[in-house]
Amino acid sequence: MKRIISILMENESGALSRVVGLFAQRGYNIDTLTVAPTDDDTLSRLTLTTQGDDHMAEQIVKQLHKLIDTIKVVDLTQGAHIERELMLVKIKASESDIRHELKSCVEIFRGHIIDVTPQTYTVQLAGDSEKLDAFIEAVGEMGIMEVVRSGVSGIARGEKFLRV
Amino acid sequence: MELLSGGEIIIRALKDAGIKHVWGYPGGAALHIYDALYRQDDVHHLLVRHEQAAVHAADGYSRSTGEVGTALVTSGPGATNAITGIATAYMDSIPMVVISGQVPLTKIGQDAFQETDMVGVSRPIVKHSFLVTRAEDIAETIAKAYFIAASGRPGPVVVDIPKDVTDPSYKVAYEYPAEIKMRSYQPSDKGHRGQIRRAVQTLIGAKRPVLYTGGGVVLDNASEHLIALAKILNYPVTNTLMGLGGYPGTDPQYLGMLGMHGTYEANTAMHHADVIFAIGARFDDRVTNDLEKFCPHATVIHIDVDPTSVSKNIEAHIPIVGTCNSVLPEMIGLIEQSDSKPDSDAIAEWWQQIDQWRADQGIYTASRYEESSGNCIKPQDVIKMLYKVTEGKAIVTSDVGQHQMFAAQYYLFDKPRTWINSGGLGTMGFGLPAAMGCKLAFPDCDVACVTGEGSIQMNIQELSTCSQHNLPVKIINLNNAALGMVRQWQDMNYSSRYSESVYEESLPDFVKLAEAYGHVGMKITHIDELEEKMRECFAMKDRVVFMDIDVDRSEHVYPMQMPGGSMRDLWLNKTERT
Ligand SMILES: Cc1ncc(C[n+]2csc(CCOP(=O)(O)OP(=O)(O)O)c2C)c(N)n1
Ligand SMILES: [Mg+2]
Repeated sequence: MKRIISILMENESGALSRVVGLFAQRGYNIDTLTVAPTDDDTLSRLTLTTQGDDHMAEQIVKQLHKLIDTIKVVDLTQGAHIERELMLVKIKASESDIRHELKSCVEIFRGHIIDVTPQTYTVQLAGDSEKLDAFIEAVGEMGIMEVVRSGVSGIARGEKFLRV
Repeated sequence: MELLSGGEIIIRALKDAGIKHVWGYPGGAALHIYDALYRQDDVHHLLVRHEQAAVHAADGYSRSTGEVGTALVTSGPGATNAITGIATAYMDSIPMVVISGQVPLTKIGQDAFQETDMVGVSRPIVKHSFLVTRAEDIAETIAKAYFIAASGRPGPVVVDIPKDVTDPSYKVAYEYPAEIKMRSYQPSDKGHRGQIRRAVQTLIGAKRPVLYTGGGVVLDNASEHLIALAKILNYPVTNTLMGLGGYPGTDPQYLGMLGMHGTYEANTAMHHADVIFAIGARFDDRVTNDLEKFCPHATVIHIDVDPTSVSKNIEAHIPIVGTCNSVLPEMIGLIEQSDSKPDSDAIAEWWQQIDQWRADQGIYTASRYEESSGNCIKPQDVIKMLYKVTEGKAIVTSDVGQHQMFAAQYYLFDKPRTWINSGGLGTMGFGLPAAMGCKLAFPDCDVACVTGEGSIQMNIQELSTCSQHNLPVKIINLNNAALGMVRQWQDMNYSSRYSESVYEESLPDFVKLAEAYGHVGMKITHIDELEEKMRECFAMKDRVVFMDIDVDRSEHVYPMQMPGGSMRDLWLNKTERT
């Protein structure tokens, strides 16, 4: 089962490498990883996704918590949550019927075309990972040149929040 | 406020952290620090002959005293030589601070001479690490390092300090923090009250209980509480390799060590138990054997200070996260107040069963090996003799191999912190430097390093350190002319094909070697001379004595769990099994 794990940690050199190292060391995979400082710039918020059953997820959360730099760790998939990922896709679009079809596809997926050349469209799309996968599948035939995904960010639904 | 250079701050902060002894080895990146060390008398430095030994010695010091050990090394090769020592301490949760010099900040990343990314290299084997980038941060970082090393589940902390940060010409105000507070690290020791209640009920209701206790009891100085608990309940106790001494080895309620080379009675009792109370133990694979077959009837109660140890290998039915020192007294209080009492009939029956197992196959009651005779000295008999001669009161360090298991089995440790071995990492070469650390801490106590001719050669150079710093340890070399434990596995699993486990005729003359270092060497080849020579050895209080004892080369360590089996599936000797 896919897990979205959110970590609040000290924004210090070495902290990120300890998280990444922990996964390698314990034999867990990281599927996606995003990290950036929060509104409090002494803190970083890191979100990662991985696969695992309940036992494994519990171990991962405990192991992450044990790192000296981490302040809070939650498995967002344990409760209602919102997941978002940003994707930029560069697609070959030299013929007008393809340009047309792409535009409507982008509209259906509520994306934006953010750069245009005579040969290409660059599309920006946000959503959960399944939606981004679906878009890739939909435009796959048209000639994708490059895909950049940010990795998953997540937040709990409702009143719950992760803060020091 | 006093102005000090970075180098001076390091030494002063060590003093203010209460550190009296530092084991180390100098080199370019650490020279400012070494100069600061030279110009003061508060912190005593012991020069070793290899950085691995500095870390093991600091480790031995810590294991025998409970204090945080300290090692100081230079960058690059100094730092990488320390790695095995750090990994050893990490696996056994030993509190330790290792300070490493680093190339100047201005050179980091340039593949400078003797540059190694120490924080990176040590990352998976430390509790935490720091790279200090300003002299102003040194004191606080060192204070944090000691706090982290000693609290919660203890472990080694690396503090990597670039040379320019220790520059003697740059002085800053020195202040040692009165208190350390970290928002990201707040170890708690109290267990959950409700869980402790449940645990007590389950424990009282047990019919076939076993207390399975590990290194956590020793690390947490909780031995007295464990004894008190075992006594009010009258339940049997078994210790892990790391837990030996946590419960007195000569106590009638003690079943001996459990696990791969544990006693028949301990492993069999575990297998049949209905309640297993794991105290500061971590269900290591050398204990459990096949997890699927582990203790099929047992409800598991588990106390550990580290939440990641709980339900990692074996699901705990009643997990309690907390220190042994806080949880055990609480449990004892609850048991004393409780209206219900242990079922004395069931417990009596359980003891009857255990006594039967002991009588049948007990390691101390049944003869598990043929006695020594003539020139055939049994390694087990050497350990028994060591026990006799030292009256069970020595601090015994060991290396890794058959000799280690014989020492663990046949020296009955009555006190915690007297059995010092590398249980988790299994580091050959640990014994001698660790013994130096123990001897420094306890100069009036006999310190014996039980070793093999393989292991001792991994840090034999420390015989020189023993001379320089007057550390008269005794070396008990069980010389079977082979990497005995390897050979045992080759006997059992590889049709006695001794691939690279023998040395042919290349072993040194250990007596001459000891003498070359200025020590006393003794060669023992006959069982009849063992006692007298060993008494002579321990009578020489201020000399290092190297006893090179020829032991039976064909001896195996038994009992031995069978791979893929349950705890009670054991080889009892070369031909008999359970
Ligand atoms: C540094 C290191 N290398 C290799 C091993 C693997 N190993 C475990 S026991 C052993 C043999 C030890 O020989 P010796 O010290 O003579 O002890 P004996 O088993 O003969 O008593 C070896 C090679 C180890 N534990 N540590
Ligand atoms: Mg040997």
